[in-house]
Amino acid sequence: MIQDMPLPQRVVIPLHQHTGAPAQPIVAVGDEVKAGQKIGEAQGYVSVPVHASISGKVTAIEPHLHPLGGQLPAVIIEGDGRDTWLEQPGEARQTSQSDSKAMVEAIREAGIVGLGGAAFPTHVKLSPPEGKSIDTFILNGAECEPYLTADHRLMVENTEEIVAGAKIILNILNCHRGIIGIEANKPDALAAMRERTRQEKELEVVALQVKYPQGAEKQLIWAITKREVPSGGLPMDIGCVVQNVGTAKAIFDAVVSGKPLVERVVSVTGPIVKEPKNLRVRIGTLFEELIQQTAGTVENPGKLIMGGPMMGLAQVSSQVPVIKGTSGVLLIPTDQAVIPEPQTCISCARCVDTCPMKLVPTELGKLVQHSLFKEAEKLGVLDCMECGTCSYICPSKINLVHLFKFAKAKILSEKRKK
Amino acid sequence: MAQEAPAEEKLLHVSVSPHLRDTVSVPKIMRSVILALTPALIWAVYIFGLRALWLVLVGMMSAVLTEAICQKIMGRPITVSDGSAVVTGMLLVYCLPPGVPFWMPMVGSAFAIAIGKQAFGGLGHNPLNPALLGRAFLLASWPLHMTTDWRAPAMGTMSGIDAVTNATPLAVLKEAHKVLADPVSTTEQVVQAREAVAQLSSSYGNLFFGNVGGSLGETSALLLLVGGLYLMFKRYIGWKIPLTFLGIVMILTSAFGGADGLFTGDALFHLLSGGLILGAFFMATDMVTTPVTFRGRLIFGAGCGVITSVIRLVGGYPEGVCYSILLMNAFTPLIDRWTRPKRLGEKGLRQE
Repeated sequence: MIQDMPLPQRVVIPLHQHTGAPAQPIVAVGDEVKAGQKIGEAQGYVSVPVHASISGKVTAIEPHLHPLGGQLPAVIIEGDGRDTWLEQPGEARQTSQSDSKAMVEAIREAGIVGLGGAAFPTHVKLSPPEGKSIDTFILNGAECEPYLTADHRLMVENTEEIVAGAKIILNILNCHRGIIGIEANKPDALAAMRERTRQEKELEVVALQVKYPQGAEKQLIWAITKREVPSGGLPMDIGCVVQNVGTAKAIFDAVVSGKPLVERVVSVTGPIVKEPKNLRVRIGTLFEELIQQTAGTVENPGKLIMGGPMMGLAQVSSQVPVIKGTSGVLLIPTDQAVIPEPQTCISCARCVDTCPMKLVPTELGKLVQHSLFKEAEKLGVLDCMECGTCSYICPSKINLVHLFKFAKAKILSEKRKK
Repeated sequence: MAQEAPAEEKLLHVSVSPHLRDTVSVPKIMRSVILALTPALIWAVYIFGLRALWLVLVGMMSAVLTEAICQKIMGRPITVSDGSAVVTGMLLVYCLPPGVPFWMPMVGSAFAIAIGKQAFGGLGHNPLNPALLGRAFLLASWPLHMTTDWRAPAMGTMSGIDAVTNATPLAVLKEAHKVLADPVSTTEQVVQAREAVAQLSSSYGNLFFGNVGGSLGETSALLLLVGGLYLMFKRYIGWKIPLTFLGIVMILTSAFGGADGLFTGDALFHLLSGGLILGAFFMATDMVTTPVTFRGRLIFGAGCGVITSVIRLVGGYPEGVCYSILLMNAFTPLIDRWTRPKRLGEKGLRQE
């Protein structure tokens, strides 16, 4: 069950919660704000605004610990406990569903980004450039990582809104084929979605093989359409758009009731969490408060992660806020938190067999270790999506993904210099 | 990267993702290989006596000691506990005749580890299978011991057939074919040779269960298969190399292995005799020295099959498994380079 978390006393809303340029604050310290009020304006096309998630008073606009690392500017709001909204969401704020432009604008104004974790501005994905037509829309119901169950619960409990959101997306894209991909180990979600889409001619539910990373965009597209997103290209290059089920729900909220993205479902979970929970949380709530909502942990956590165990980011403190891309808060015991010392590669090829991008991680790893970045680039290191499978499976415990992240950063910074 | 244990209890670890790791490790894989090889060792003790066990122990100890000494001299961390040297020693002795003097596994293992492995930088860096390199070294240096120190199994004959001979099944076959191919052979010799070939073809049971002479650990196809399938089940070895290796040997020996023209050869005999099963499941699947790509492993196995068949059918030695794998080992880097998989999305790669 998704549980509504009690209203937080205080929220920390970072201005940078999405891929692209950070928003600029449009409120000042001392201002009274209402829930849903825009407090940061988008900067440029690939950017979205941010909104106050509770009503109260802006007490500071200052750098604060950020889940993506370091300290980044954030608007801190002290709540008044009344949760008054700028404008009660409802029919009055409905956007006409025959006007794609207006819908895309509403989605952008609502500050919606991909809620699967990447937090890429959704309006960009919904605006394919002239000449690119989308023939397949894929709704991603394959949970992106182990442990996380937020999308799963959402599909069971908010089926109606998700399907309505999917229809809005089809409308915007002028696309007539929508496929909802759900991993086969979620029979209740599959059943709920099938039941709800029985009358929908344009929507189809597909059960997917259970494997990691099935929820990764390129893998999902391949699994469903057998089309390959070209290296360095985008799904829209092959006529596909993928949105996460949570995003579809947010789109529904934005278009049908004019509600901006100020809350999301977060899985609070991990091997040591006594009672893992899915919480509907206001953006800006600190991780610590989420953890307090569960029955506690069986031992002191050794590691705190935003996201899943495979791609999530380790946090230095539980004083970081939930942002739009926070799909999970994961607690890991100390004995699993320490990354083992890497040994020599024995060419066992387990990484080659499992790489979902069909790279040769062992070879790439050796190239990067010798700083041969050009060669690594030729062999496709930039295609690595950092899913972590190779590091996970390596019997020599080599931190392959770490090497690839390093190489990618190196290569991309070289490219920028040129 | 990994950090030291926190000074304060409340400090959190921070590292790059992924935050979970599989429990499979190199020592775990090596332990499984040792376990998979154990039934064949018990069988060797049963048919050749306790001497087999001592030989294996000497080989293993020599390998471990050599590894430790080499690493000590080179000032590297001593990693004998990973079990890879134990496996090398074990495999080397498995392909020695059971009657060799005790200094042979000692010298062979030392060579295998010092020259075959540590000289290249240790585990993961050796281009050739160290155990097979050790065997090749022993064969080149002391050919008499390596080709005559056979022992008949406790309850059977050396060749697995009734013909009185002190040769392994493959050697009997080679000798018979030589006679059949030689125009000056007498009628009596030809009859005898044909009789021997016919008997070999009716000795599958002895070959399968291992009631024949041969190298110490290679006799029982059954027990080696059990070990090999166990490793496959654990996913420590794949099906690609063993299947292509065995398949190609069967096809080629069936096609060209007969004395009476095409497709008169005895593929099943070739499959079960000599070191083929041991080699295909335990040596041609050595992770370090074999290709990492899907197609690469198919090519590797097929290449091993071709070379083994050529040596068995037209070469000077009765058995060719050892050299076939060593030769293909040398091709491994090249094969890997040729057979890199097409990346997901490489098809539509944008030209910049």
